[in-house]
Amino acid sequence: MGKMKGLKCRECGKAYPAEPLHVCEFCFGPLEVDYDYEAIAATISRDRIVAGPKSLWRYIDLLPVEKEATVGLHGGFTPMIRATRLGQTLGLDALYLKNDTVNHPTLSFKDRVVAVALTRAREFGFDTVACASTGNLANSVSAHAAQAGFKCFVFIPSDLESAKVLGNLIYHPTVVAVEGTYDDVNRLCSEISGEYRWAFVNINIRPYYAEGSKTLAYETAEQLGWRAPDQVVVPIASGSLLTKIWKGLKEFERVGLITGVKTKVNGAQAAGCSPVATAFAEGRDFIKPVKPKTLAKSLAIGNPADGFYALKTARETGGVIEMVTDDEIVAGIHLLAQTEGVFAETAGGVTIAVLKKLVAQGAIARRDLTVAYITGHGLKTQEAVAGTLGEAVYIEPSLEKFQRRFRLKET
Amino acid sequence: MASLKVHITFPEGRIKEPIIYQIGQEYKVVTNIRRADVTEKTGWMDVELVGDAGEIDRAVAALKHKGVKVDLIERNIIE
Repeated sequence: MGKMKGLKCRECGKAYPAEPLHVCEFCFGPLEVDYDYEAIAATISRDRIVAGPKSLWRYIDLLPVEKEATVGLHGGFTPMIRATRLGQTLGLDALYLKNDTVNHPTLSFKDRVVAVALTRAREFGFDTVACASTGNLANSVSAHAAQAGFKCFVFIPSDLESAKVLGNLIYHPTVVAVEGTYDDVNRLCSEISGEYRWAFVNINIRPYYAEGSKTLAYETAEQLGWRAPDQVVVPIASGSLLTKIWKGLKEFERVGLITGVKTKVNGAQAAGCSPVATAFAEGRDFIKPVKPKTLAKSLAIGNPADGFYALKTARETGGVIEMVTDDEIVAGIHLLAQTEGVFAETAGGVTIAVLKKLVAQGAIARRDLTVAYITGHGLKTQEAVAGTLGEAVYIEPSLEKFQRRFRLKET
Repeated sequence: MASLKVHITFPEGRIKEPIIYQIGQEYKVVTNIRRADVTEKTGWMDVELVGDAGEIDRAVAALKHKGVKVDLIERNIIE
């Protein structure tokens, strides 16, 4: 037996072999990877990690693959930015940004989960990969599949904007535009994953796929000098990212790489799709599905698979889950770009706007070592800020006109 | 024989109605509840529906018509 014992139901604890399974046959709870942490602790070390590749694969000892990495070899290990100017604006002395807008190859944190999912898919012997997505996930699966030589099917709702379809077609997957509601797309994909021996990354490969998000936490701890932050702010879509960041920090502690993890895990949602933030505010322990209506499309999951677990994680760690309006999201994108030179997609705007709100509420204190996760590049959602920007200043090609226009004196 | 695993969410005002029983009576589907959390006002259930594919589709449509939210057990797959 290697580092993976197998899969385990998150609800009833029933054990399963480490195969392409995702739902417990008994209670229908979600399955997750069960590791042999004693064996991992015996071999892992800071030196071993530092000597590893400058990618998410430096943490391979804690990732659910049996052999070496084969797909997505350059993903992860993105910059951790000391956000001094944004911190000054918000009233934080030790603010950092984990900048996954520059993740390789498709500029979002999905490059982490897909690298792990497709490496595992290859170990299982799949020759076809698939996903259902409206954006970042489709981009990442398509790009990785192209590079790794998998056949690739991407399922999208038929009303998806043409620019987003183009972003997938460039990698030459088979893009299937399904006519019907989002529920219809969900249902079809579930049926297809049961019918064909395909690696459907967010269905039958989900237990492995989701583990890739842990690398954001590992990098956070390593890049902060082998310590956990006091506070993190994480955008919530399915809720998986938030729970895996917490899991990653706890795993680092469990295998002896860091100590004293007391991180408060805060979640960020858009008000137009806030099933988890609403449950948090109302003190509920279950999620009421909603119909999304927000410009933060990458977070627009009305009935999130891991919403319950995200809620539980925030409460257990003393964190808060907040929501912000579309106007606040756009302002968050502007603020991040203006102060730190980072152009984030709408999810980043949600994170920054919620960060601002949490500081104003006193939930995050000035001296707290805080990390905000910026999960995707702004070039993917330029339409969100269109019409909110200034225009270029047009002048004639004359020094005098230039000086006059800007009221500059001659030198 | 087909089967479909679904997550059903009951809105306020529907929780007292024997909706799962009704579906089993009105359609040729076997309803098998695996997990549930039901309170006075609201709640959810993870249920397996077993029967002919067409009959399952009709049962799902009827559940939606009765005002409950029906999602796959995986919830929303589109990311």
